[in-house]
Amino acid sequence: MKEKKVRTADIGDGKIDQIIDKYQGDASALIQVLLEIQRENRWLPKEALEKVSKKLEVPLNQIQHVATFYKAFSLVPRGRHGVQICLGTACHVRGGPRILDRVEEVLGIQAGQTTMDMEFTLDTVNCLGCCALGPVMVVDGKYHGKITPTEAEAVLRKL
Amino acid sequence: MPKVNSPAELEKLRKGILSKRDPDKPCIAVCTGTGCLALGADRVVVALKEEIKKHGLEDKVDIKETGCPGFCERGTVVVIYPEEICYLRVQPEDAGEIISQTILAKKVVDRLLYVDPTTGEKAVRESEIPFYKNQMRLIIGNNIKLDPKSIDDYLVLGGYSALAKALSQMPPEQVLEEVKKSNLRGRGGGGFPAGRKWEECRNAPGEARYVIVNADEGDPGAFMDRALLEGNPHSVLEGLIIGAYAIGSHEGYIYVRQEYPLAIENVTFAIKQAEEYGFLGENILGSGFDFTVKMHRGAGAFVSGESSALMTAIEGRVGEPRPKYIHTAVKGVRDRPSCLNNVETWANVPLIINKGADWFAGIGTEGSKGTKIFSLVGKVNNTGLVEVPMGITLRDVIYRVGGGIPGSKKFKAVQTGGPSGGCIPEEQLDMPVDFDELARAGSMMGSGGMIVMDEDTCMVDVARYFLDFLSDESCGKCVPCREGIRQMLKILTNISKGKGKEGDIELLEELAEVTRDASLCALGRTSANPVMSTIHYFRDEYEAHIKEKRCPAYVCKALISYYIDPEKCQACMICLRQCPVGAIVGDKNQIHVIDQEKCTKCGTCFEVCPPRFSAVRRISGEPVPPPVPEEARMIARESKEK
Repeated sequence: MKEKKVRTADIGDGKIDQIIDKYQGDASALIQVLLEIQRENRWLPKEALEKVSKKLEVPLNQIQHVATFYKAFSLVPRGRHGVQICLGTACHVRGGPRILDRVEEVLGIQAGQTTMDMEFTLDTVNCLGCCALGPVMVVDGKYHGKITPTEAEAVLRKL
Repeated sequence: MPKVNSPAELEKLRKGILSKRDPDKPCIAVCTGTGCLALGADRVVVALKEEIKKHGLEDKVDIKETGCPGFCERGTVVVIYPEEICYLRVQPEDAGEIISQTILAKKVVDRLLYVDPTTGEKAVRESEIPFYKNQMRLIIGNNIKLDPKSIDDYLVLGGYSALAKALSQMPPEQVLEEVKKSNLRGRGGGGFPAGRKWEECRNAPGEARYVIVNADEGDPGAFMDRALLEGNPHSVLEGLIIGAYAIGSHEGYIYVRQEYPLAIENVTFAIKQAEEYGFLGENILGSGFDFTVKMHRGAGAFVSGESSALMTAIEGRVGEPRPKYIHTAVKGVRDRPSCLNNVETWANVPLIINKGADWFAGIGTEGSKGTKIFSLVGKVNNTGLVEVPMGITLRDVIYRVGGGIPGSKKFKAVQTGGPSGGCIPEEQLDMPVDFDELARAGSMMGSGGMIVMDEDTCMVDVARYFLDFLSDESCGKCVPCREGIRQMLKILTNISKGKGKEGDIELLEELAEVTRDASLCALGRTSANPVMSTIHYFRDEYEAHIKEKRCPAYVCKALISYYIDPEKCQACMICLRQCPVGAIVGDKNQIHVIDQEKCTKCGTCFEVCPPRFSAVRRISGEPVPPPVPEEARMIARESKEK
């Protein structure tokens, strides 16, 4: 199902050039380049990786290795809204899993998946470093601390 | 900004900034660290600015957006200078009162002060609050005093004076000796003496060498590095530059995990400022020493925090560890000598240079010197960052600084050292906290996470949680780690699901031993700690799960049930309405009954049942009583009959 959804790169060639030029074509900046493309585009399309491979002179298989190893990268399109639920230790003992259960139910997807309408992508993270506020949910970069399952649902419904 | 070319010019610059600042001018410092931002600190700042404008006080009051002072539990934290009045849990609505009362009328707003939960006494100043009073805040104490985007703020507090001292008065060898003499040990987990690592790197053959700040703070439950980088990035930079000078390195990296966007922003900004002022670049402070720093963002892999893995990541490759027969201090980034230390380790360096190794070595215990920042989280009243001298007892940290366990619950254990650490029980609470003592107790210092657990925490579940984390994060390169963790996780999952067998505990112990002895890097070698320490101290909980199919803390869902006591239920409809799966049947005047088939054991009914009824019970290890027959469910309400 996900295969069908793969679109051509939203990110323009010009933008990729710009990112690579910023690092002066330095191959050791590969992870940094991919991070910036990921941020611009929310995922890493194959065309973009091929372009990076050519410009940085790094074999495509090495890029694939990096892109699949690190959690920050996605090789499939991601939803318009990114929802992250912290399951770090402090959030875990304070009920993070219950927030996840409720959000999975509300969005109808499991952690790591994207809704069919490409609106939401749900992920779990291992600690965002605001343990004093656990459980924490982050939606599009905004942190919601000391959240309850009911509040989490309300936040998502408002989007 | 013209470059600062000598220590004398630096002092002149510092005096110049100071002379322009009026120490009596009111300054409102608002914590805008990630924690307080999540609680709405940005809106507090906006509200305060509006109030200041409304009163026409733009020139008379300063607003400072600072880093995290540590008391995240009570955010948003606001401190008003020069009186140092500390307001907690500040909301945007409080802005009007803060300006009209405290700034204009010089009165303290009582309701925003800290109230001691036991004595009811109020504390006006930060230094009077027990949470702060019992700490020794050498590293993190400046966070609330400075705007991390202002290098001038750092200079006012004496910033870069240690660098000037080192460059102008101490040859590199002497700086190295000083750090060695201070006995500073690495704050990232291992506790390796920093001075020895520096020396090894300095003496390693080769022309180019690197210094690296490790801010890939991956331990769940630890966030002191984030707070330091966000709140006081120049202190880390200054330490790094001094280290580079001692080691003879001209190139450095700061490796920050991308989950910390604000830290990345503030560090990048700090590097730029330091370059403009001439603390980075060529001929720093006229000493002839050159040094530049690059920022490298981690892309989300726990194992990449390991030194050899981090260095391969810096080269743009997959961050997997390698065997370290040859230390990274000798062969690291691009096979060149590379000295990697944790954020907090670097931040200690300027203090040691300024105040001397003897002063530093005077704090702490025989084997562990100085202070350590812990993130005190979990089931504790005052969660947040605490900085305490090494050697303080765990009991003091949890009860005197942390204010004890909330809700009159019973303390069960404290987990230190992140996923590779262990759980320490009540009997051991009087143990002094230092690298060696914690290791002796089967745990470790780690990067300084301290997660407090109460009677509602299941130790089997905790061990399972950490193993789940580690099996996710194991890079899979070596077999003992990849397979050992997976097998231990399988057994623990079975135990928590009620499928535990006789002999499981012994099998876990055997697997733990092999994984510990045969794994390639510290991730695998320490992965057994959560299992071993919980078996060691809480064997009875494991046995209850295996033999009686009972979870004493009522956590493992497969082993518990929720049951409404028909004698106590007042048919108030609260649980019935809130149950997310509609598993509760009943009506007004009709005792509620949980449909055990439908129940997902989310615990909502247990939490919402009014305490005066406490009708919902948790049951584990015994069968659920059969439901009351339908005809017997009607409640006759006395009050209504009358």
